[in-house]
Parts: sequence; C-alpha cells; structure tokens
Amino acid sequence: MKKRRNKNPQKNLILGIIITAIMLTLTFVGFFYTPYDPTEIAVENKLTGCSLEHIMGCDNFGRDIFSRVLQGLGNTFVIAVLTVSIGVIGGILIGAFTGYFGGWLDEILMRANDVLFAFPSILLALVFVSIFGTGKYNVVLALGIAFIPSFARIVRSEFIKYKEMDYVRSARLAGAGHLRIMFVHILPNTTTVLLSSIMIGFNNAVLAEAGMSYLGIGVQPPDASLGSMLSDAQSYLFSAPNFAFFPGLMIILLVLGFSLIADGIKG
Amino acid sequence: MSELLLEIKNLSIEFHDHALPESVVEDVCLQVNTGEIVGIVGESGSGKSMTAMAIAGLLRRHDMKKSGEIIFQGEELLHAKRSELRKYQGNDISIVFQEPMTSLNPVKRIGWQVEESLRIHRPEMSKEERYQRAIESLRSVELLEPEKVYRQYPHELSGGMRQRVMIASAMICEPKLLIADEPTTALDVTIQLQIVKLLKRLNQEKNTSILFISHDLSLVKRLCDRIVVMQKGRIVETGTPQEIFEQPKEEYTKQLIAAIPRLEKLEV
Repeated sequence: MKKRRNKNPQKNLILGIIITAIMLTLTFVGFFYTPYDPTEIAVENKLTGCSLEHIMGCDNFGRDIFSRVLQGLGNTFVIAVLTVSIGVIGGILIGAFTGYFGGWLDEILMRANDVLFAFPSILLALVFVSIFGTGKYNVVLALGIAFIPSFARIVRSEFIKYKEMDYVRSARLAGAGHLRIMFVHILPNTTTVLLSSIMIGFNNAVLAEAGMSYLGIGVQPPDASLGSMLSDAQSYLFSAPNFAFFPGLMIILLVLGFSLIADGIKG
Repeated sequence: MSELLLEIKNLSIEFHDHALPESVVEDVCLQVNTGEIVGIVGESGSGKSMTAMAIAGLLRRHDMKKSGEIIFQGEELLHAKRSELRKYQGNDISIVFQEPMTSLNPVKRIGWQVEESLRIHRPEMSKEERYQRAIESLRSVELLEPEKVYRQYPHELSGGMRQRVMIASAMICEPKLLIADEPTTALDVTIQLQIVKLLKRLNQEKNTSILFISHDLSLVKRLCDRIVVMQKGRIVETGTPQEIFEQPKEEYTKQLIAAIPRLEKLEV
C-alpha cells in the first residue's frame, strides 16, 4: 500500500479530535434537548431562511432544521455505532478463529467472506432490507453484516502474523488455553490496526446510512436522519439551499473528523 | 544419587509436509535427573531445538510423525492430550527462548507477563500475593529495581534484561525442569556469562533441572553436569564436560571443540 506523505500526523489527529468532539457534543445534546420539536409542523415558517429564531432556517413543512439536524445526527450516530459494533465483534470472532486455527474452518469461512466481500456493502444491505423490510434496526443489521468481512480480514491477517511469535509460544508454554491466547495475548496487539479501521468503518457506516435514508429505506419519516433530510431537500436546492447545506455539512464534518483521527492513529 | 526426572526413549520426529518425509530427530534417548544441568550441543539443524520443543509439548499436531516416549515424573508427555499437557506447561516445565526481543508481548507490562503462569496455575492466589511473587522472582534474576521493571513495557528494557525477565517468568512457578533453548545466542559475550551464572545459581538454589541447548561449547562446559552432542538428529556422544573435552570419541565432537574461538588465534 502506498503510504501517503503526511507532514504532521499529530496535527491531523488533534484537528480530527476537535471536530469529532464538537460533533459528538452536538449529537449528545440532540438526544436530550432540541430548540424546537423536530417533528412539529408550522406552515407559516415554510422554507424560511436562517434567522435568529431558526438558526438554520425551516424546511418544507416549516420544521426547524437545526432541531432536525440534531435529531438526525443522533439517529445517524446510533446507526453507525451499532453497525460498526456488529461488524467489529463479528469480524473479531471470525478473524480470530480463522487466523488462529487455520485449516478447513479458515477455508470455509474465508470463502464465504469472499462472497460477501464481492458485493458492494450498500447493495448487500439493500438485499437484506428487501427481505426483512425497512426501518432503523433492519438497516443496522443489514449494514452490520455487510461490514463483517472487511473487519474479519484485517483481524485474520493480524492473527496469522502474531500467532507464530515467540511470546505467543511462551504463553502457550505457560499453560494458557487457546481462547486466552487469542483474546488476552494476541488481540491487544491488533488494537492499532483495528482502531484505525474502526474509524474508517464508522465513516463508511455514516455514508451508507445517509445513502440508505436518502433512498428512503433507513430512518422512516417523520423522524429525521441526515440522509433523508438531504433527500427531501433536493427538490428545494435553489429555493432553500440552507435546507440541503446543513445536513450535508454535518455529514462532511462527521466523516472528516473520523478520517483525520484514523489518519493520525496510523501515522 | 538424585532421582530421574525426565526420560526420553527413542524419540523420532519426522516431517510429512513435503513429498519426501524428512527426519529431524532420530532415535534420541536422554535422561535428566533432578537438579542436574544437561547441555545439548550441535550445529544448526541438528535437531536440538526440536527435541526441546517435543519435551515442552510445543510441536504442532499435523504434518508430523512422532514416535518414542517422553516420560516426565512417570507421565508420558509425547502423546498426551493438550489439556493434560497444560497442567505441566509453565508449572513443572518452563522454557526460555533464544530471542529475547520477540519473547515478550510488546503491549503488556513486564509484571503482567511474569505473573501469567501464576494466573493460570495458581488461580487461588490473590493479586497482592502474585505481585509479591513476581517482584521476588524479578529480584532473584538480579534485576535492579524490580518494582520499576514490573511496571515497564518490553521496549524499555535491554536484551539482557529481557532475557532475565524471561527467566523470571519461567521460574515463577518454581518448575522442576527449565528448558533453555539457546538463551544466550542473541546476547553479547559479557551478558552471556552473566546469564549462565544466573542459571547455575538458580539451579543450585531451587534444585531446578536445566536442559541447556546451545551451540557454544565453551558455555556448555562452564555450566553443565553432562553434555549431549547431537548431529543430524542423532545423539553422537554423551559424557561429562571433562570426558567430552579431554577425550572426545567422535570426529564431530573434535571438530566442535576445535571450532571454539580462542584468544591466541586472534593475536596472530
């Protein structure tokens, strides 16, 4: 892999942490407090621009965009976290067992992995959703399963690298069992690689969620999500650009923050 | 006379992972008594490490044909189940590897690693007792400031210190047999001597038998009660250091002795 030249990874890391911290604060505030009810319709405010009362303006139903962005951030965040959790936990389990034991189990699971990997994750999620129906948690499940293969590969290659190390042999010689060696001795060594791939995975999850909500199969109205807001906003792109601008900005900042952190960890 | 601790009878190991079976250890017979230091010497690929691995139960299961017997305190180990082996590993039999740089887990503190055998074999011990034992063990391998080393990570230690830590963690359960697989090869000469002296001291204090594997005859001569010379997977000669050095019977042994670097030669 070609390593990108990075003059000051530390700076990127700090910038990433700052952006992410702001986004996380907004997200958590959004769980408990929004200036207006995000689903309250007020026709008189329809598509008004930015003002002191509604700092990001109002949408086509006169709902406060700032409140909806906060709620949407929360939804997107929860979906992304759950998706990545499913992907990481599944990936660690599959990767650890296949990498550590090898043999026929490895062959079977990794070939299944290749099959999953061959489809773009959005397409795979679409298939899942068409089978199980739309909704927030089905999207989480669908994306989570679609995310497993990439994590499984990373963990597997790390386990293959570490399982022949002398300290793993020492641990075996100290009488440690397979599970103890796998999860206590080897797994902590994979954290650096895992952490940066979790960050990238999180980004992909945010984008995938936004994409799926944009297509109308993620978070269902009247609940807000950044993707579905973008989708609603596209008809008003010229009459009310602020409607599309702010949700889009939030997606960009969220992804940028995590990308910078991932980059900083690697460098 | 001290009692028999380990007996290897007709041990043979063959690899079957290539088209032609390859024999790496052939018909090796070896005995180690309690409190004895036995040295195995031989060139690279002479099967000395494979023999040690077999005793430690570290041979991988597939691709390999093993025959013979390894009897440790009356129990057969070579064909034992892994679950049975684990009772001995780390508790009665420990091993110190050649490469101190890779033998310690880089993401765990020294103390944690030294305590690992205790955590597995003495689950009844409290955290405080384990800590005391670990400090004691680190002190017994002549590490200065064991409390500080306990909290350090492997990359903060030098090669010699790491090898001491390895010995400390191997000795923490007070095993009856310590296998030292070329423990000094990766170290420089002055440290080698210190490690050898340390092993000798531990042997005398704790009455631990040591199987010392090396290709350095001069170290083996200093340390061991008995020397086994191996070549191409077979034992060619056995005897006390005196016998081996003064009346070597085999041509190979003579060559090995002749290969020891001497100071006079350098001065020419």
